[in-house]
Amino acid sequence: MSRSEAPLIDARGIVRHFGHVQALRGADFSVGRGEIVSLIGDNGAGKSTLIRILSGTDRPDDGEIRVNGHPVHFDGPQDARAAGIETVYQDLALAPDLDAAANVFLGRELMKPGLLGRLGVLDKSKMVRQTADAMARLGVTISPSAEVFTLSGGQRQSAAVARAAMWATNAIFMDEPTANLGVAQTKGVLDLIRKVRDAGTAVVIISHNLPQILELADRIVILRLGRTVGQVSASAASVDDLVRAMMSGVLRSQAE
Amino acid sequence: MSNPGEFSGGFTTTNELSPNKPGVENRLGRLRNIFNSQSAALFLVLVALAVFFSVLRPNAFPTIANVMNMATNASILLVLAVGSTFVILTGGIDLSINGVLVFSGVVAGMAMVAVGGDNPGVLLVGLLCGVAAGTAWGVMNGFLVAKARIPPLIVTLGTMGMSLGLALVLTRGVDISDVPESLVLTVGSGRLGGIPILVMITAVIFIVGALVVTFTRFGRYTYAVGSSPEACRRASIDVSAHLIKVYMLAGMLSGLAGYLSLARFATTTLSGHLTDNLQVIAGVVIGGTSLFGGSGGMMGTLIGIIIPVLLLDGFVVLGLPPFWQQVAVGAVLIGAVYFDQLRRNLRNR
Repeated sequence: MSRSEAPLIDARGIVRHFGHVQALRGADFSVGRGEIVSLIGDNGAGKSTLIRILSGTDRPDDGEIRVNGHPVHFDGPQDARAAGIETVYQDLALAPDLDAAANVFLGRELMKPGLLGRLGVLDKSKMVRQTADAMARLGVTISPSAEVFTLSGGQRQSAAVARAAMWATNAIFMDEPTANLGVAQTKGVLDLIRKVRDAGTAVVIISHNLPQILELADRIVILRLGRTVGQVSASAASVDDLVRAMMSGVLRSQAE
Repeated sequence: MSNPGEFSGGFTTTNELSPNKPGVENRLGRLRNIFNSQSAALFLVLVALAVFFSVLRPNAFPTIANVMNMATNASILLVLAVGSTFVILTGGIDLSINGVLVFSGVVAGMAMVAVGGDNPGVLLVGLLCGVAAGTAWGVMNGFLVAKARIPPLIVTLGTMGMSLGLALVLTRGVDISDVPESLVLTVGSGRLGGIPILVMITAVIFIVGALVVTFTRFGRYTYAVGSSPEACRRASIDVSAHLIKVYMLAGMLSGLAGYLSLARFATTTLSGHLTDNLQVIAGVVIGGTSLFGGSGGMMGTLIGIIIPVLLLDGFVVLGLPPFWQQVAVGAVLIGAVYFDQLRRNLRNR
């Protein structure tokens, strides 16, 4: 990387082992503001472990994570959230019986001002309003009062991404954001991800869909056997390059 | 005095809150979430039953005395049902409520006997001891469900047996009947402005329960935990702590119900509440709260508790064997759960 400023998130030498299994053996990873980075690798390369560590749900055995240049230690997902990092899991983690606004504000409910708020009364209309604003900003056409179980797969994915985008001041991690979606729905979600990026948020995507990654990502980081074996600008790579790098650990355009 | 119009007058509270008139719904827009289409449909069933019995027995069914009698019969069950609605919304179940009720009644009765006398202070001691005993059982249920991760069906089946058994141990199987007379005459059978005090207390509990479940963060978390515990954990909500609070609430209300039962029957009624838990769960489920958790509400519970009471009363008034009520309620319960399953299957497709 030839950037002069410090990356938004910079993880170096991340090591994680589970018993005798070395999931990560010194992985390096960084992402900058307004950038879509895709993390790829064969099964067992350590992608998910790395994302879990960066989103606070797992802790590294060794290595250093810096956010905006400052070293951080995440003891749980709430710490990562406090650092402005949100994660969209593959199962989306939405409560199907609750409406979109309730899901967006789940765990971060707004309370009424004054005595009612101290009695635990929710400010539902304010949450609905803010959800509607955020959805409109991102071009997502979901009613804040629609229960999640009434939404289509693409709409649910959009709701989960919109929720993350609403709270992420720095970065969003996404695990297979378009798995199980149809063509039109996939396009909608990809457009949404670009909008999030254009708003200045760093976006990190784990995916196995290489053609889609080449189309969507700005930069691609390849993990193999727990190590970062290379990174490449998406415009300078082909599917064959990526497959070769994932399998052999050798990337033609390593010099990039 | 005794025409069908008079009868519906007895149910004005339900009527005012019902969503079947668009004008009412607009005016009370913020109350809309209390209702769903299912409780609206149930309300129509309730009205149809009331009209049916009123037309057949205009001189016996739609009288103020009979309505008050039904409201009194529904009272203690409804107090239990408010707690059970919270529990079932989390996807859990509480079978121990009747055991906890009896145990708490025994503790309250023994405490009042121990203090002695008949004055407001004694009544307060009894209330506090009963509610504390119920709360303790609730905390135990919650801890075993949330922390030890034992299925709620088993936990509360176990604590039901334990609480009923301990109530019998404490009393050596003999009902405590020297309940302070002032308690029986006020809370138990007293009236204010023609309305039984028992019904008023129940109404307050119900209204607070309905407001909490609909408008507060506690209520929202109750739905969320029942809908997707995983989503809650990812959102940093302490699911275990919330479950413990919910079971504690159910235990606390069972304790209060034990005190109310003591006041109403002037004895601990050791063997008088054996099927209360099943009646309450049936009522909550008939009212549209899903056994899978996450959906339902307090208005449905009110109607689901009233319908069986109304059926029983109607059968008695008609001179039918009242045992048919159990048959009818059982069938309605199965139907309610079947429709809930259908609804879930449709939406998960």
